[in-house]
Amino acid sequence: MATYYHRAVQDLRDNGFLSSVTIITIALSVLIVSAFALFFTNANDLMNYWEKGIKIMAYLKPGTSQKNLHDIKRNIQEIYGVQDVTFISKEEAFKKLEQQMKRQSSILMNLNENPLPDALEIRMTTSSQRSEKVEEIATKIESMPSIEDIEYGQQWLRRFTNIFDLFRLAGYTMGGIFFIAAVFIMSNTIRLATYMRREEIEIMRLVGASEKFIKGPFYIESIIQGTLGGMGGIAALFITFRLISSTVENSFKYELFDIKFLSPEFYCGIILCSIFAGWSGCYISLKQFLRT
Amino acid sequence: MIDAKDNGSIIQLFHVHKYYGSKKALVDISLNVSKNEFIFISGPSGAGKSTLLRLLYLGEPVSEGQILVDGMNLSRISRKKIHLLRRKFGIVFQDYKLISTKTVFDNVALVLEASGKKRKFIEKKVRSVLRTVGIEQKINALPPGLSGGEQQRAAVARAVVGIPKIILADEPTGSLDSDSADIILNLLKNFHAHGGTVIVATHDKELIRKAGGRILHLKQGHLYFPG
Ligand SMILES: Nc1ncnc2c1ncn2[C@@H]1O[C@H](COP(=O)(O)OP(=O)(O)O)[C@@H](O)[C@H]1O
Ligand SMILES: [Mg+2]
Repeated sequence: MATYYHRAVQDLRDNGFLSSVTIITIALSVLIVSAFALFFTNANDLMNYWEKGIKIMAYLKPGTSQKNLHDIKRNIQEIYGVQDVTFISKEEAFKKLEQQMKRQSSILMNLNENPLPDALEIRMTTSSQRSEKVEEIATKIESMPSIEDIEYGQQWLRRFTNIFDLFRLAGYTMGGIFFIAAVFIMSNTIRLATYMRREEIEIMRLVGASEKFIKGPFYIESIIQGTLGGMGGIAALFITFRLISSTVENSFKYELFDIKFLSPEFYCGIILCSIFAGWSGCYISLKQFLRT
Repeated sequence: MIDAKDNGSIIQLFHVHKYYGSKKALVDISLNVSKNEFIFISGPSGAGKSTLLRLLYLGEPVSEGQILVDGMNLSRISRKKIHLLRRKFGIVFQDYKLISTKTVFDNVALVLEASGKKRKFIEKKVRSVLRTVGIEQKINALPPGLSGGEQQRAAVARAVVGIPKIILADEPTGSLDSDSADIILNLLKNFHAHGGTVIVATHDKELIRKAGGRILHLKQGHLYFPG
């Protein structure tokens, strides 16, 4: 094993140009895939963050009695996924509105009657803070008697989530394609290396080297290249991330959300994939080439 | 079927033919080589000497016939086991077949590395063999920087370093002056004296005369046994 490693490093050094080209190409594939992954995990977190803010406002029909109100509150409370229900009287709502409008509040002064309805504010449990779940709960509430109208903020989220899912699918596909590309690149490099060294390989066979002895270093080389390429790609992404994240972060300053780099599990996974790509590329090309 | 277990043979050929297209390089060759024999295969250029040696280490398959080497039936050796056959041989190729990108040391060491020997042992052994063939000072040189004679001596060093059972030498003194040729011949004789089997293909009558041993003649693919 030690001698295989020794020979592999020797070969990498002897074929410096080819090895660096391979490592760089793999690094680029990894960079593209992981950049996508970085974008998606952050977009995903952002979506979750937005969804957390979702609440349902249910407006009551005018003249709903105190008893009815109590029943409705209880009924809503019983829906699966509802965290709590708060009553907001039209007076409270009016005060809030006054506060929000500040300077223009004089407009409200001219009203001789409070036009706002009584309302219920419904918050969802954490597990139900997803657009489709919210929509389901909202429909249930809407069908209740005494409910005049219903409103839940960020209805656009639903549509956005669908588009996002599509993007995610595209992301997975891209990841797959780049993985295959990396395997392909690797198998061609090894093929080229074995072709350039076919005389050497033939001589090794003639003096009694086993197939294992001949192939071992190629495997180690491709694993080294996969590792270096993977780490290089992640490192390049990290540097880019640090450079641009401060700028992007500024635009989110007022939200309690920060952009994160890929989790260690995730980028270690990517590096493992890149190592695996190296190994597979080697396997494929040796299987084809070293037959003769 | 063929049985080689009971006698002292190490190599047996049974009605071996080799064709290249319609060209008959070897015709109906049957031969027994006993353990610890020293054999010369003589004959003019193009007689089929190199071809005969190639068949022994499965450099090429036979067209017809059977070959046994040290209990192995060559027609039954799988790709994965072929190195076990090759390790029985130390081969001096007519065109040397040194790896041009590796130093003389690495070329010779390769044989020992391939059979899993320890680094320290390899270091010592390779140096001593290179000293014996007289190219110790070229240990770190690349083969293209060597003269024909030096390359040939490196090739001989590689053939003997692994202490094989059989040495096949194809024109091993072809590029050497007579003093250097003597060194190589003595090396082969020494190997033989320690129980090894040697087969030398050569058209060098002088070498055969000096060495003695069993002599076979190849002519246009036919093998003749003198006497
Ligand atoms: N690979 C080959 N393809 C076609 N003909 C070959 C090949 N190898 C050898 N020959 C022919 O077989 C004959 C024997 O060649 P060879 O064994 O090299 O002779 P020697 O070593 O005695 O000089 C020659 O006529 C040669 O041209
Ligand atoms: Mg010849």
